[in-house]
Amino acid sequence: MDSAKKKWREELEEAFREMPPRREMYMSLSGMEVPELCGPEELADWDHQRDLGYPGVYPFTRGVQPSMYRGRLWTMRQFSGFGTAEDTNRRYKYLLAQGQTGLSVAFHMPTLMGRDSDSEYAIGEVGRCGVAVDTLRDMEILFDSIPLDQVTTSMTINAPAAILLAMYIAVAEKQGVSRNKIGGTIQNDILKEYIAQKSWIFPPKESMRIIQDILVFCTREVPRWNTISISGYHIREAGSTAVQELAFTLADGIGYVESGIEAGIDVDEFAPRLSFFFNAHIDFFEEIVKYRAARRIWARIMKERFHARDSRSMKLRFHTQTAGCSLTAQQPMNNVVRTAVQALAAVLGGTQSLHTNSMDETLALPTEEAVTVALRTQQILAEETGVANAIDPLGGSYFVEHMTDRMEHDALAYIHEIDRLGGIIRAIELGYPQKEIAEAAYRYQQALETGERALVGVNKYIMGEETPIEILKIPPEKEQEQIRRLKDLKASRSSKGVSQSLKSLEQAARSRDNLMPHVLGAVKAYCSIEEICDVLRGVFGTYDDPAYF
Amino acid sequence: MAEKRIRILVAKPGLDGHDRGAKIIARALRDAGFEVIYTGLHQTPEMIVNTAIQEDVDAIGLSILSGAHNHLFPRVLELLRAKGAGEKIVFGGGIVPVEDIERLKKAGIVEIFTPGTPLKDIIDFVKRTLK
Repeated sequence: MDSAKKKWREELEEAFREMPPRREMYMSLSGMEVPELCGPEELADWDHQRDLGYPGVYPFTRGVQPSMYRGRLWTMRQFSGFGTAEDTNRRYKYLLAQGQTGLSVAFHMPTLMGRDSDSEYAIGEVGRCGVAVDTLRDMEILFDSIPLDQVTTSMTINAPAAILLAMYIAVAEKQGVSRNKIGGTIQNDILKEYIAQKSWIFPPKESMRIIQDILVFCTREVPRWNTISISGYHIREAGSTAVQELAFTLADGIGYVESGIEAGIDVDEFAPRLSFFFNAHIDFFEEIVKYRAARRIWARIMKERFHARDSRSMKLRFHTQTAGCSLTAQQPMNNVVRTAVQALAAVLGGTQSLHTNSMDETLALPTEEAVTVALRTQQILAEETGVANAIDPLGGSYFVEHMTDRMEHDALAYIHEIDRLGGIIRAIELGYPQKEIAEAAYRYQQALETGERALVGVNKYIMGEETPIEILKIPPEKEQEQIRRLKDLKASRSSKGVSQSLKSLEQAARSRDNLMPHVLGAVKAYCSIEEICDVLRGVFGTYDDPAYF
Repeated sequence: MAEKRIRILVAKPGLDGHDRGAKIIARALRDAGFEVIYTGLHQTPEMIVNTAIQEDVDAIGLSILSGAHNHLFPRVLELLRAKGAGEKIVFGGGIVPVEDIERLKKAGIVEIFTPGTPLKDIIDFVKRTLK
């Protein structure tokens, strides 16, 4: 130890003898011990060229583009949807007018689960968690007067992703925009559904076949489309640690790359269009190091494990959403602060796209006022704070680089364990990630209960009875309105077109034909989500919750 | 003779897939000494009531975050009564706006626990109510 450091340590110990530290040990939100100070010693094994390098250059620790935000800001893309397609079309136009730069569709539960608004499973659910989309007609209304050659759209849809993608292509074509021009993303990450978000329909192997078909189809015909948004957000929301979020997401990614290769597509043909989606939780530095470690690990996996040659295959591009699970129902205004800090972490971590939560989202879907503040949060970061003006400003920080190394190390341990179990699909069958997450969630709750972890307004700085704030209400009449619309649509379409397209879809599902052209055919015949999914349920079967807890 | 332990069904009605809270409640209740059955996701009210009767539970905890509580919670109560199981205690939790809580309690949901509720409060409620 050099003499200056020795002196500091002596003075530190003296200071702590006079007044003990706030805590005996400082742990990150995920349980990583936080060193009190990092310096050159913590980076003794660190190599600038190998571990840091330059933005846009392998291993991309500093960012996936050479210019990062000097060239172009991240896309401001607020996840949004409620009520009917008209309601949501209005909100989209509002958000675009307020400066949002990309669209993001939240569908209601029935659509996510492959059910129609008039299904017995949909009673009480219509338009509540997102926008009701039953057929192509709803999609047409959803994007009415929104030019699909000028805006990119992300759709949070998984088990029925092929159907919504087909609808989007059909809407674009009606606008005169060809499928090779449209840009956007479907989440289409079924593996994390079994692990965390739980909006599955079919069993894992059959679901992977559908994804394979989408990968092949888009590689050929929809080249600007991000075919999968390989997600950690939901894994984190389900209660995982940051390390688990990172590791399970990348393990899912490995699963998808293997699937694409198995389908016979060259890795450099489809990998550039895989994208990622991470959470931005409240432990500021932990999130930043997570993003940097993510890029570096993925780059190395793509190069060394999958022998990608094109650098675009090695670039981990990601969207971020601030952590819904970190927000509180108590003193909801505090959530504006949480979201701002989390958004800052995402920006300093180099995200390509960002959604900021609204302060009322622990209570309901966002009001217009609340989502405006959330959007302004991004705009203030971008325009006023200067944080977007130097590329990777935290690069080279002893603390940040040291913690990035540790995050990488810990995540790789999980990835190796999943490999040892036989890969992510096998790990899911064994319940491995699901149980890890449930364990971590329970541990965190215990930490809140004992007060070991503070949550302002909930277990610390509690205030009494609060005046309820105005929240967004979905009128129950919306459900009947949507059911009526669906009924009218079914009465006006060609039943021959419906039965023929569903028949050819079934044949394709039973064979190894690519499903996408047949899904497109069904969608254009105005088959409903449930009609299409029921055909696939008949062929593929369904998956039941193993109910671990 | 061993005392019959209190049996609780933790259930996820509807299409909602958010099960973090339900799983934590199920585990906490089990750790507190209750016998807990967890239904898993995507249960219809019919499935929940049938399981509750089959498993001869004393109470049912319904977890919902999708906004469909105004239909699903009363439907469970309705079916329990129709099947002669109306004495089972039904409580709930999740994302339920204040004005809906009052209406649901009038309908017969004994208590609704919203975000930020300490586990201790829920466990104490169960102990108190099912003594």
